[in-house]
Amino acid sequence: MMRRSTFITYAGLGLFGILGPILFPAYTLSIAYLWMMVLMASTWDILGGQMGYNSLGNITFFGVGMYVSAIIQIAIFYEPGVREYTSAMGAIKPEFTDQQYYWGIFLGIFGGAIAALALSLIFSTFMFGLRGPYFAIGSLGLAIAAAEITVTINYVGGASGISMPMFPGDIEFRSVFFYILCFILAVLAHLVIRGMLSTQFGLAINAIRDDEDKAEAMGLPTLIYKQIGWGVTAVFMGAIGAVAGNMAGFIDKEVAYPVPTFGIFMVAMVLLGGKGTLWGPVLGAIIFHIVKETTWTYLLGWQWVTLGLILIINIVYFQQGIMGWLQSKYPEMFGIVVDQSNINQEKKES
Amino acid sequence: MFDNLQLLFVWAPIINVQVILDGIFVGAVFALCAYGLALVWGVMNIKNLAQGDFVILGGYLALVLHSWNLPLPVILVIVTIVMFVYGWSIYALIIRRIVDKDMFVSLLATFGLSLLMQQAMNLYFGPEVQTIDMKLPVIDAFDNMVTIPYSKIISLALAGIITAAVVIFMKKSRTGQAIRATAQDARAARVLGIDTDRVYAFTFAFNSALCGAAGVLVSVIWVIQPFYGITYSVRTFAIVTAAGLGNLPGVISAAFGIGLFEKYTGMIVGTAYEVAAPVMILLLVLIIRQINMKRNRQVVR
Repeated sequence: MMRRSTFITYAGLGLFGILGPILFPAYTLSIAYLWMMVLMASTWDILGGQMGYNSLGNITFFGVGMYVSAIIQIAIFYEPGVREYTSAMGAIKPEFTDQQYYWGIFLGIFGGAIAALALSLIFSTFMFGLRGPYFAIGSLGLAIAAAEITVTINYVGGASGISMPMFPGDIEFRSVFFYILCFILAVLAHLVIRGMLSTQFGLAINAIRDDEDKAEAMGLPTLIYKQIGWGVTAVFMGAIGAVAGNMAGFIDKEVAYPVPTFGIFMVAMVLLGGKGTLWGPVLGAIIFHIVKETTWTYLLGWQWVTLGLILIINIVYFQQGIMGWLQSKYPEMFGIVVDQSNINQEKKES
Repeated sequence: MFDNLQLLFVWAPIINVQVILDGIFVGAVFALCAYGLALVWGVMNIKNLAQGDFVILGGYLALVLHSWNLPLPVILVIVTIVMFVYGWSIYALIIRRIVDKDMFVSLLATFGLSLLMQQAMNLYFGPEVQTIDMKLPVIDAFDNMVTIPYSKIISLALAGIITAAVVIFMKKSRTGQAIRATAQDARAARVLGIDTDRVYAFTFAFNSALCGAAGVLVSVIWVIQPFYGITYSVRTFAIVTAAGLGNLPGVISAAFGIGLFEKYTGMIVGTAYEVAAPVMILLLVLIIRQINMKRNRQVVR
């Protein structure tokens, strides 16, 4: 049974998702990026918020998905091969038929997700022994190393990047097409996370966050839960990376591994909305995106400085985020029962 | 790819001297900022991801002072003082509020600081690669196979002097003792009348000053650019995680080790990998530490 407020939220977001590009055709791509950021924040929250593993390296999967999808899209329908294509540095514009292009992009998204999943399983064998800040630093190192290694691989164009195949339709249909892809992926990610959190998996990863050693002592297979959590994150990040690569039209190290931008934005969005809640990341992403677009428009040149300031102020002064603040202010709205005697006791102690 | 391996060990072993010297010059600079990070990390449990941006800021300050035709030692002193004040104000504004928070918070807040600093420097100084040209002669040794610029020798000597001064300061002075006492047990230090808040502020400012000094040397012997900071941050993290906290000889030897490793990697597999090398070292160190920890864990099967 769905609560009424939840139903209204879903209906509102769904309506906005469908009507958004129809009402504001000029902002279609911008709203597409909004759904992308909702997806990034929601998937970051599986590990960062619910499991207590603060990863700064989720962006690795984004970049890997992007590159793998580029390789797949070019390799399956372009006869001379990927090496020929990349060494021409965008001079070759292969003529793909509509059917070939769409098959390529769907296979690319699929392949990107699978590659990211495989990579997350490999990483998880050695990364999940690290705890706390070491995991954060280690995963940040993974992202930087992945970016640096990608630059040295000539097969995917090295430092000069790859220009993606041209979209066959006209430019308006192009933005609507990518909008739909981003929206579907974001909704899918949200529903999958919602479903996962309502099962035993949600309880298990919360137990890992609260006390991993005790959870292990109770017989939870912690490594498997951590692998599932990171795997789901990786699948969605890989898929959205594939979409984002095609949306950008040209990919290189800066586009594929935006560690200082999207890599940190997703954490900032979750912190802004409130980590460890289902709706916090969504809310944080929406607010962050609006702030970002406004600063981009009105404070051009200083937008990065503003974003850095927002990040610092958010973390230093407003750590619990909006949902966390609401939860502690109006716990009855969230169905949390507060034991009054406990609070009185705490007040006496402090 | 491995052509240079033959060059190093078969045809012209003398090039090793060049690589080793370069590694030592790099390591001396790394040692300064790594020791600063080890202090901040050990004393107040702050992982400062803006470390590299402090270095670059110091470099830019030196560049500005150099354009006023000041001699290098004067530049070094002024930059150190300015960066000390800067670090103190950053502490008062940001770090003071996150000292007692969870460790990830410090990582993120300093990452935000790093973003802010690099973008502000980018706007103010521009994205060009810049350097200080001291117009000093270059020594050619071993039939011109090895070149050693005087500026590198001078900066190595300066780095040595700064390190020695820091060691003496930490061992002998009253403030140094207070810092070490706070690192050992903050609560006990407070009981004994040490104002730990002031110690924290001093430690952070001291770290910033060390980074600034390193930045001066960087701007003299290499190039600076607003976005180069993150690579220095990663290197210092690699050094400190490899050496452990509060272990000055460990930090210095790890710094030289990473410097050498980086230069040899650049020489053997290509300069493109030079940036990736310290990251690899960082991951390797973390993984090895984790394997050791796993060995110590007792699992009942």
